[in-house]
Amino acid sequence: MSKVLVIADHDHGVLKKLTLNTVAFAGHYAEKTAGSFDIAVIGHGVAGVAQAVTSYGAAAVHLVDHPDLAHPLAGPWAKVIADLATAIGADVVCMSASSIGKDVLPRVAVRLQAGMASDVVEIVTTSEGLAFRRPMWAGNLMGDVIISSPTKVVSVRSAAFDAVALGAGSSPIVASSAHPDAAGARVHFVSFDGTASSRPDLAEASVVVSGGRGLKDRFNSVMEPLADILGAAIGASRAAVDDGYAPNDYQVGQTGKVVAPQLYFAVAISGAVQHLAGMKNSKVIVAINKNADEPIFKVADYGLVADAFVAVPELVSKIKLLRA
Amino acid sequence: MKILVSAKRVSDPNAKLSISGDRRWIEGDVEYVMNYFCENAIECALQLAEEHGDIETIALGIGESDETARFIRQGALARGIDRGILVVADEQTTDSDLIARIYAAVVEREQPDLVLIGKQAVDGDSNQVGQLLAEYLGWPQATFASKLERDGDQLVVTREVDGGLETLALSLPCVVTADLRLNEPRFAPLAGIMKAKKKPLEELELSDLELDDAQPKVRIVHMSAPAGRKAGMIVKDVEDLIAKLRGEARVL
Ligand SMILES: Cc1cc2nc3c(=O)[nH]c(=O)nc-3n(C[C@H](O)[C@H](O)[C@H](O)COP(=O)(O)OP(=O)(O)OC[C@H]3O[C@@H](n4cnc5c(N)ncnc54)[C@H](O)[C@@H]3O)c2cc1C
Ligand SMILES: Nc1ncnc2c1ncn2[C@@H]1O[C@H](COP(=O)(O)O)[C@@H](O)[C@H]1O
Repeated sequence: MSKVLVIADHDHGVLKKLTLNTVAFAGHYAEKTAGSFDIAVIGHGVAGVAQAVTSYGAAAVHLVDHPDLAHPLAGPWAKVIADLATAIGADVVCMSASSIGKDVLPRVAVRLQAGMASDVVEIVTTSEGLAFRRPMWAGNLMGDVIISSPTKVVSVRSAAFDAVALGAGSSPIVASSAHPDAAGARVHFVSFDGTASSRPDLAEASVVVSGGRGLKDRFNSVMEPLADILGAAIGASRAAVDDGYAPNDYQVGQTGKVVAPQLYFAVAISGAVQHLAGMKNSKVIVAINKNADEPIFKVADYGLVADAFVAVPELVSKIKLLRA
Repeated sequence: MKILVSAKRVSDPNAKLSISGDRRWIEGDVEYVMNYFCENAIECALQLAEEHGDIETIALGIGESDETARFIRQGALARGIDRGILVVADEQTTDSDLIARIYAAVVEREQPDLVLIGKQAVDGDSNQVGQLLAEYLGWPQATFASKLERDGDQLVVTREVDGGLETLALSLPCVVTADLRLNEPRFAPLAGIMKAKKKPLEELELSDLELDDAQPKVRIVHMSAPAGRKAGMIVKDVEDLIAKLRGEARVL
């Protein structure tokens, strides 16, 4: 019988939907091992997040609320996660492979003397026991890994698991006594420069429209109307970010965000392996590129060979007409 | 001040990879390149040394003896890193945790003020070593760095995170992992390549490091190709695209 501990992702007190994909992973694992899962909410002033996750089938929701946890610094967060995991006897600790999950989970693993698998997309049964399947080499290969330590740490690729639906049950909320060290921290939060956007979150959107270097400084004027009409999140290739046409957290790919929306548009993106690593599991892929030989057309369900500066505005106005 | 940087070789991610017969690793005529994120870490260390002077820089590579030594010389020492350390290990049977424990043992010997490595190895794509190491050492960390400034014995680091850019102030010693936008790695100058041949490169065996246990905690038991996508179609024009998206795809 296993016990899985899910660490909730939230943005300063607002639950991130990604958490529900991680809960789906935990549910699968618990099912395969006749176990159960708990959810932990860590931060300061986050009782609302704990309340928000009580109807997804967790045996318990643990609330770790402390002023020194207000900002997700890896050291203090790792300590309380590991202490809580030990206290409840968790044998798997997981969180989404968000920037916080990537930052914190390895430190948790050290504290629990656990091995860690990153970016897990599937749980597979092998002759040597349960393995975690994960993409390697920019998604060109899939590796099934076995973690031999008694406690295991997993970061979950949320795009690979369907979010759990709201259930009827109500998990009890337990205030945890886990707390960060009182000793003077050697790292301090200075500032956060957020990308203001009223659009859906890139990692959660059902439609994503991404632009590449080919758009140059007309990136926004081409991509925004398309995102508006489709209710989409905007993404970008690394080259578009490097050249300053789009903010860094728009980057989709091996080293950016991994998305798997219902519909993905790649506009003026060549389709380098590192970009494909972040979007090739989308349900429907559309590529708009003026060069018919680009690798993006090998993964696109629908390819349009055209100048994006002409085709995208035309697409937007035709969809508008349909919707009018 | 002393900085320890990383020099890991990886099989070229743009090359065609084949899975070995036992399906536990890759095989064939693989081209190797320096892990891109290590190049950013090396560049960052060189810039700090140029800017502040009085900084010794050391590159650590863990892997097969001759090949890894060549990468440490060509990729790190030729660019200007002062000396190298090679720890001989079979890459197929190391995981990020064992790599981090090797780093920790080297830190114990060398006592650097800063460990500056890549955020991710682009073969295994684990993104763990820096964070693991920081916890083993009890040091603060700043991962995914896109900007780094030194202010006395403090570092001010900007990190690429979900939703924007975060800035942290850390006191030394600490661990920083480099993201791609941290800098533009330089090419090794010709003179550097000559000089690199004479720079010290210490070779250590795992047994020299007195690890409590040299076993990995994570091992690959099976490798496979990802499910491919079936070939799509080229549409005639915008009109046709809309028709397909509404009709057969039902996404519009
Ligand atoms: C370690 C590493 C990690 C990386 N991680 C990522 C990652 O996470 N995400 C990522 O995206 N990349 C990543 N990259 C970079 C990747 O290799 C490519 O360089 C990048 O994806 C290219 O971006 P692009 O397609 O926008 O630019 P380009 O390759 O320059 O392509 C521009 C495209 O625009 C088309 N075009 C130009 N003008 C027009 C027009 N008017 N209309 C229509 N089409 C037009 C061109 O035909 C071309 O196909 C990484 C690289 C490395 C080494
Ligand atoms: N064999 C190695 N030799 C030297 N440095 C390494 C090695 N493996 C990993 N690293 C460093 O650790 C970082 C993170 O690796 P990983 O956690 O495996 O993705 C890499 O970017 C390298 O800087």
